[in-house]
Amino acid sequence: MRAFTYEKAASPAEAATAAARNAEAKFVAGGTNLLDLMKLQIETPTHLIDVNGLGLDTIEATPEGGLRIGAMVRNTALAADARVRRDYAVLSRALLAGASGQLRNRATTAGNLLQRTRCPYFYDTAQPCNKRQPGSGCSALGGFSRQLGVVGTSDSCIATHPSDMAVAMRVLDATVETVKPDASTRSIPLAGLHRLPGSTPHLETALEPGELITAVTLPKPAGGRHIYRKVRDRASYAFALISVAAVIQRDGRGKVALGGVAPKPWRVEAAEAELPRGAKAAAKAMFAGARPTDENAFKLPLVERTLAAVLAEARG
Amino acid sequence: MNRRDLIAAAGACAALPSMVGAARGQPVPIGEPVRASVSFRVNGAGHHLELDTRTTLLDALREHLKLTGTKKGCDHGQCGACTVLVDGQRINSCLTLAVMNQGSEVTTIEGLGSVDNLHPMQAAFVKHDGFQCGYCTPGQICSAVAVLDEIKAGIPSHVSADLEGAMAVSEAELRERMSGNICRCGAYSNIVEAMTDVAGRQG
Ligand SMILES: Cc1cc2nc3c(=O)[nH]c(=O)nc-3n(C[C@H](O)[C@H](O)[C@H](O)COP(=O)(O)OP(=O)(O)OC[C@H]3O[C@@H](n4cnc5c(N)ncnc54)[C@H](O)[C@@H]3O)c2cc1C
Ligand code: SF4
Ligand code: FES
Ligand code: FES
Repeated sequence: MRAFTYEKAASPAEAATAAARNAEAKFVAGGTNLLDLMKLQIETPTHLIDVNGLGLDTIEATPEGGLRIGAMVRNTALAADARVRRDYAVLSRALLAGASGQLRNRATTAGNLLQRTRCPYFYDTAQPCNKRQPGSGCSALGGFSRQLGVVGTSDSCIATHPSDMAVAMRVLDATVETVKPDASTRSIPLAGLHRLPGSTPHLETALEPGELITAVTLPKPAGGRHIYRKVRDRASYAFALISVAAVIQRDGRGKVALGGVAPKPWRVEAAEAELPRGAKAAAKAMFAGARPTDENAFKLPLVERTLAAVLAEARG
Repeated sequence: MNRRDLIAAAGACAALPSMVGAARGQPVPIGEPVRASVSFRVNGAGHHLELDTRTTLLDALREHLKLTGTKKGCDHGQCGACTVLVDGQRINSCLTLAVMNQGSEVTTIEGLGSVDNLHPMQAAFVKHDGFQCGYCTPGQICSAVAVLDEIKAGIPSHVSADLEGAMAVSEAELRERMSGNICRCGAYSNIVEAMTDVAGRQG
């Protein structure tokens, strides 16, 4: 690990200002992704700003009837919150399907959204990777790509975003709140937080240098059946091959987002009109323009069948 | 412009071999070590340490406080051998920096019980043969103690049929909740028996 200086930020605005002062600074929250990557020298910050003392760890009702989740709320606390379990069950389910009990106790809401890809070549510093080393090439194209993305990818990068939680937040129309180094604040719809790779896969989010996530807000509950179904190589403690987050109403209308298939939680609003007609039509619309590899083409039928199971469960 | 950009820029205008070279190995100047101080309590005793900021809680416990009960399996959050309780919650001590735990109360396997006075979970692991080589065992036991507390606190799991109901101590629940602790010897079924035994006695 590269040596770094360390500070504990005293307020969100101060944290953002401190981060803007040093281009090689990083926030550390739970540390469960960042420290892993620092040990491998994939992340090499020379300064860490610890945001654990900032508060931002409560879940509050919003005037609009929704919830405001502090950026530092731990994944366990969020999954176990009574209001989340009752009104946003797809979020509890997605969180509980991710990582392990130990990791969820430390992992935070913001850190989970900003965790980096699990592409095996991103982790292997002996291999070219455009995300880790811009311009070096993509080892996954033509390499082992079974776990990687099928849609929204590019000729530069086919990595997926690995978060389960983010997929549920996408289907719930969440919004991310931030503070910038100049102390101004803004809201970013979750749909706009993660960028598609294009020719710049190392640029992953819409956040500006030093911009700190302070909260994620959920609109008022939409009702319906909340289902998160994750398909993986073992029954627990594994990242998704694919996952389906769904909120389905009685009349068959609903919302669906996919995990494990794209560089961001994958939701195609136009495809949702097809849901009452069944999984085949909806999956086809969600995968318009998909470019799977030979190794991961199985993800398309896997999503269709999983979505069919989800729709059947919602009806039953 | 940071180091990566520099290398990328160099790679972009240089011949291919050097570009590949830049992508490989990536020697990074490690930089001068930075030291910082941190205080926390471990198994009831206060400690003040001056550490390299890079020191994980796991290394602080093992290398600096000589509490070698907590094990390092993978050092990447993948095995659970390093599980300890911090402020009553189980975490992977390999993925947190010591300096991030200022003011915390840490409990390791050494603090749960002693040879003469075993914690009920330690005794149950012995009784039910919940281990073979024992390497994963301190992490398994810390995790197991926390799992029963999490069930009591009503925290749901991936296999809980009803998110809002009371949480059961079933085999499926215990297996799912313990999935962050890997055992190469495959002592899993006896670990479930040990936990079920303790949970039964806790009532
Ligand atoms: C073995 C293992 C298995 C896992 N399995 C799964 C899984 O199945 N599903 C899943 O979804 N995840 C999984 N994870 C990933 C885990 O969910 C993430 O590591 C965790 O959510 C990251 O949160 P953190 O708070 O620890 O982030 P950190 O590691 O502290 O930070 C991650 C990134 O976010 C930035 N950041 C943190 N907070 C803020 C903020 N407030 N504002 C701006 N930037 C910020 C940091 O600078 C860093 O770049 C797994 C991890 C491990 C190690
Ligand atoms: S898919 Fe993306 S992350 Fe993986 S090797 Fe290619 S560029 Fe790197
Ligand atoms: S050593 Fe920490 S999880 Fe393996
Ligand atoms: S007892 Fe040997 S690894 Fe678990």
